[in-house]
Amino acid sequence: MIINKFKELKKNLKKDSTKFPVIKVALLGDNATQFLAIAIQGIAIERGYRIELFEADYNQVERQFLDPTSELYNFNADYIIISQSTHKLLSKYNKEVPERQIYISSERLEFIKLMCNSIQSKLIYFNYPEIEDNVFGSYANNVESSFTYQIRKLNYELMNLAQQYPNLFICDIAGLQNKFGRDKMFNSSVYVTTEMVVSIDSIPYVASRVMDIICAAQGKFKKCLILDLDNTMWGGVIGDDGLENIQIGHHLGIGKAFTELQQWAKKLKNRGVILAVCSKNNEDTAKEPFEKHPEMILKLNDISVFVANWENKADNIRHIQSVLNIGFDSMVFLDDNPFERNIVRENVPEVTVPELPEDPSEYLEYLYGLNLFETVSYSEADAERTKQYQVEAQRVTLKKSFTNEAEFLKSMNMVSEVKAFEKFNLPRISQLTQRSNQFNLRTVRYTEAEVEKISNSTNFKGFSFTLSDKFGDNGLISVVILEKQNTETLFINTWLMSCRVLKRGMENFTLNTIVKYALENGFKEIIGEYIQTPKNKMVENHYQQLGFLPLNTDGKNLYYLSINDYVSKDCYIIKNK
Amino acid sequence: MSEKEILNQVQEIFHDQLDDESIILTTDTTANDVDDWDSLTHIMLVVATEKHFKIKFTSQEILSWKNVGEMINCILEKKHS
Repeated sequence: MIINKFKELKKNLKKDSTKFPVIKVALLGDNATQFLAIAIQGIAIERGYRIELFEADYNQVERQFLDPTSELYNFNADYIIISQSTHKLLSKYNKEVPERQIYISSERLEFIKLMCNSIQSKLIYFNYPEIEDNVFGSYANNVESSFTYQIRKLNYELMNLAQQYPNLFICDIAGLQNKFGRDKMFNSSVYVTTEMVVSIDSIPYVASRVMDIICAAQGKFKKCLILDLDNTMWGGVIGDDGLENIQIGHHLGIGKAFTELQQWAKKLKNRGVILAVCSKNNEDTAKEPFEKHPEMILKLNDISVFVANWENKADNIRHIQSVLNIGFDSMVFLDDNPFERNIVRENVPEVTVPELPEDPSEYLEYLYGLNLFETVSYSEADAERTKQYQVEAQRVTLKKSFTNEAEFLKSMNMVSEVKAFEKFNLPRISQLTQRSNQFNLRTVRYTEAEVEKISNSTNFKGFSFTLSDKFGDNGLISVVILEKQNTETLFINTWLMSCRVLKRGMENFTLNTIVKYALENGFKEIIGEYIQTPKNKMVENHYQQLGFLPLNTDGKNLYYLSINDYVSKDCYIIKNK
Repeated sequence: MSEKEILNQVQEIFHDQLDDESIILTTDTTANDVDDWDSLTHIMLVVATEKHFKIKFTSQEILSWKNVGEMINCILEKKHS
């Protein structure tokens, strides 16, 4: 939770990380990057990854990209981190004649486009912390050739570029400087003596922001925010103080602090983070402010799982986890009470528990600084998630009233829409490959650009599946990518599904679809593979359960299905025409 | 604070930053005498020393010391001025 000092990160490199998954990272900079390299590797170990690093020699960014035989291309990185500093850009700017200074930002942007176009790896590009040279003072805002104008334009255009290039991720170092202030972020004497543009104290934070992006791209990110209520979401104790006296809104006490915290939680919910409540209260009492208090920002329909009782919070969080069916490591728990925080930390250590400051007015700025909710994708479907989880709770209730599984499934009136990969579903498909951990047979992550490539390739065939029922639409919930190995054999490169739709017969429906495609295209057999990860034990026996036979292969879990005598599997899902 | 006291404290900073308790510093010690003391760890040592003694070295000073003794003189000057 707390970001360790550089010295500690350096020590991490001596720890045994041989069992961690390896990520290949290249680091290129026009400044001294050795410390950053150490810090990134050190933080990676804390987050359960081992980084195989290629650190280019000093000031080699252009050469490595422009020379097709360079070490960078040979290294074949998963991620390329590029640190081009504001200082180096400033010294370039300083050498230009004034008429040319207005092109400084656009020239740099052209080079960044070139980098994006010349490599498949994900690029993590540092944006530019501002250096105010105050040659024009505030009037720099009026002058296109001022350095201030050029650097702000560059940071703005970088955002546009990131929308155009799916393999470009901006690491917001400028944002970090906004938070810390330049005097903490930068150390003049260290810069002059070593070419380091970030102070030693700030390097761990830069490294952490880099690893936030890498972890998110690897599928490790926060999906759920669990909230305590009394003195966390409002000031005071609802059970003691009563509805009129809790502090929320702009009239009473420090209510403003809680209003703004709720607004932040609401924005996260709108972005697709699931909100849950975990409070020591009677349920009716706890719900009263949500239903009746006019100043409450959060309403009951913002909360996917509402738990208020007198049990211990670790057990309650386990309950929330079982309803949502997501990993503990994707949950964040906010509570003002150090005792509750420690109970949760000790019993469910995977859950992130921020050490909230004592003064509620400091909650928000503290939480901003932690950057807990890094993501590498955003789609409109994210905003629907809360509703889907609430609907899931209704389904669970209905299911209990049926004794016969088939009767229940029939009563659901399920319809699935099967689609090839096409432009408008690419973002969601890519996102699912990144998000799905449990029902995911091979856990191959794809960027949008890679999904698009697959959709255009004749060697691949992709299917996306939606599922709706009488309670609502689950949206796009399953993805299959088939790879043609030869004229007879079809390999299931990817089969993943959202855990929201487990136990609905969706697997049978999907296999029927795959076999139908295989038969229509003259294939004789289908091969599936299970690659074990720490999270996908759920589908360990997936292929056997569907009637595939294990193949004798060394080390690989391959399964085989002959399709000529395939009998369609039972299912109660209707294909939408 | 005496030269000896400062030397002891600087030695502790070296132990802590370089993670090596066996380092023994004298005023004659140079970077060549200490395994991990290179141009990069030098900057870690400088920043940690600044923090410890609540002083600030100039860039000229950082580059000018030829041995630990000169560094300690520099600290002494700043603490006594």
